[in-house]
Amino acid sequence: MAHIKVIRSSTIDNGCDTACGECQTSCQSACKTSCTVGNQTCERKTVKILNPEKKEK
Amino acid sequence: MVHTFGLLDRLFALDTESGAFFEIDAVVKALLDGDDTSPFSSCEIESAKAEINKLKSSGTLFVSELKAELPPYSPVIKAMCLNVSHNCNFACEYCFADGGTYHDERRNMDFETAKAAIDMLVEASGKRRNLEIDFFGGEPMLDIDVVKKAVYYARSIEKERDKNFRFTITTNAYKLSDEDIDFFNEQMYNVVLSIDGRKEVHDRVRKTVGGKETHDTVIKNALRFKDRRKGQYYVRGTFTRYNLDFADDILYLNDVGFDQISMEPVVLPDSSPMAIRESDLPTVIKEYDRLAAEYIVRRKTDKWFNFFHFMIDIDNAPCASKRLKGCGAGGEYVAVAPDGKIYPCHQFDGIEQMALGDVFSKKLDEQKRKKFYYCGVPSKQECVSCWAKYYCSGGCMANSFKYNGDINKPYKPACELMRKRVECALAVKAIEESEDGD
Repeated sequence: MAHIKVIRSSTIDNGCDTACGECQTSCQSACKTSCTVGNQTCERKTVKILNPEKKEK
Repeated sequence: MVHTFGLLDRLFALDTESGAFFEIDAVVKALLDGDDTSPFSSCEIESAKAEINKLKSSGTLFVSELKAELPPYSPVIKAMCLNVSHNCNFACEYCFADGGTYHDERRNMDFETAKAAIDMLVEASGKRRNLEIDFFGGEPMLDIDVVKKAVYYARSIEKERDKNFRFTITTNAYKLSDEDIDFFNEQMYNVVLSIDGRKEVHDRVRKTVGGKETHDTVIKNALRFKDRRKGQYYVRGTFTRYNLDFADDILYLNDVGFDQISMEPVVLPDSSPMAIRESDLPTVIKEYDRLAAEYIVRRKTDKWFNFFHFMIDIDNAPCASKRLKGCGAGGEYVAVAPDGKIYPCHQFDGIEQMALGDVFSKKLDEQKRKKFYYCGVPSKQECVSCWAKYYCSGGCMANSFKYNGDINKPYKPACELMRKRVECALAVKAIEESEDGD
């Protein structure tokens, strides 16, 4: 497209297989005065704690 | 809802409900914003409209409201701030905790209290495996023996209880021995060192209780720590009205050798000469612009660094539930004072009306906790219509309470700064990706 470059088409996961609650508490990360979640990472997509076999790959 | 913005001479659009993110040109921005399109040719306008319509029909742009809900309330706790010390060797002028004492007598947590807190956390964590404990104060290094005992105790039970503890410590780095650094490397998932930046900025507000300047000692210790650090750390500063040119403090911290940096606006009532006022916001916002420009330049050199609020992991971002809820204070996250009293977070420590219970009785006020649990994006009228809601998650409940007397009423100047930082983070990400692709 000449006028619009799609950088990402969708970035918010919702519904089944979400809300496991295993990710880092936002205020514990570095700030202690705000609760930014935009810069956080989904635990399942990184450490894969609920699917340890994927961590090995 | 689609939000457009310009930053670093580029134009962007964000679809709030899907998180879809675009780089756009001026015609598209004018069309999306409903602005005057007369400067553009009819041919440009028509082709831009066609692209917008194509994205609309594919469900990528102007996506309908995300149908996300918070899971029903459960009393699970998975993160804990252990305020091991209501005492501090510093007397920072802006301290929200009244010189580290939290309006209490100067005292440290004993091991029995720390142990009771850890036991309560494990019991209350249900099936959650990752448990977080942040050692905070005051200055937690004044109670380092209890910190160590608490860590070793938690480690001794984590396997049998099928838990994974992640410890963090936040320290002023004034007393930091090699032995402490080794301990941090062995046990701390994250270490946060409080440094405000340039010597004159830091020493103006961060002196010892006896009035001594601390910058030189802290920088020396923090660099020694950083050189030996294995794992995550942040150098974390506070900026006030005294240094609205705070980008220079961030760049200074990078210049002296740090590559993981956070800098937060001070939280103080307007009556304080250090408070950032609404009239200061345009200056602060320009400062973020200046920082973003230099950030991109430095990240291509040997001065690469992360600025906490410009970091964004678009591809591995948190799920909708997390984005609605934020920090979880009072719900899955609580703070424990040296006497064992439990508060929704460290910033509520000492505010009696907010106390939730104590670690010895293990009985918590569930009605109060529910109010905190359900305090998030959906409960805040101002947040529902905000484009940044899924990045901010509703703002700091303690800030809302301290400024507006209500955890559900966001502190608007903080909202404005949050929106600016999200724009910067997104723009930096887009520009860096486009440069990588060139």
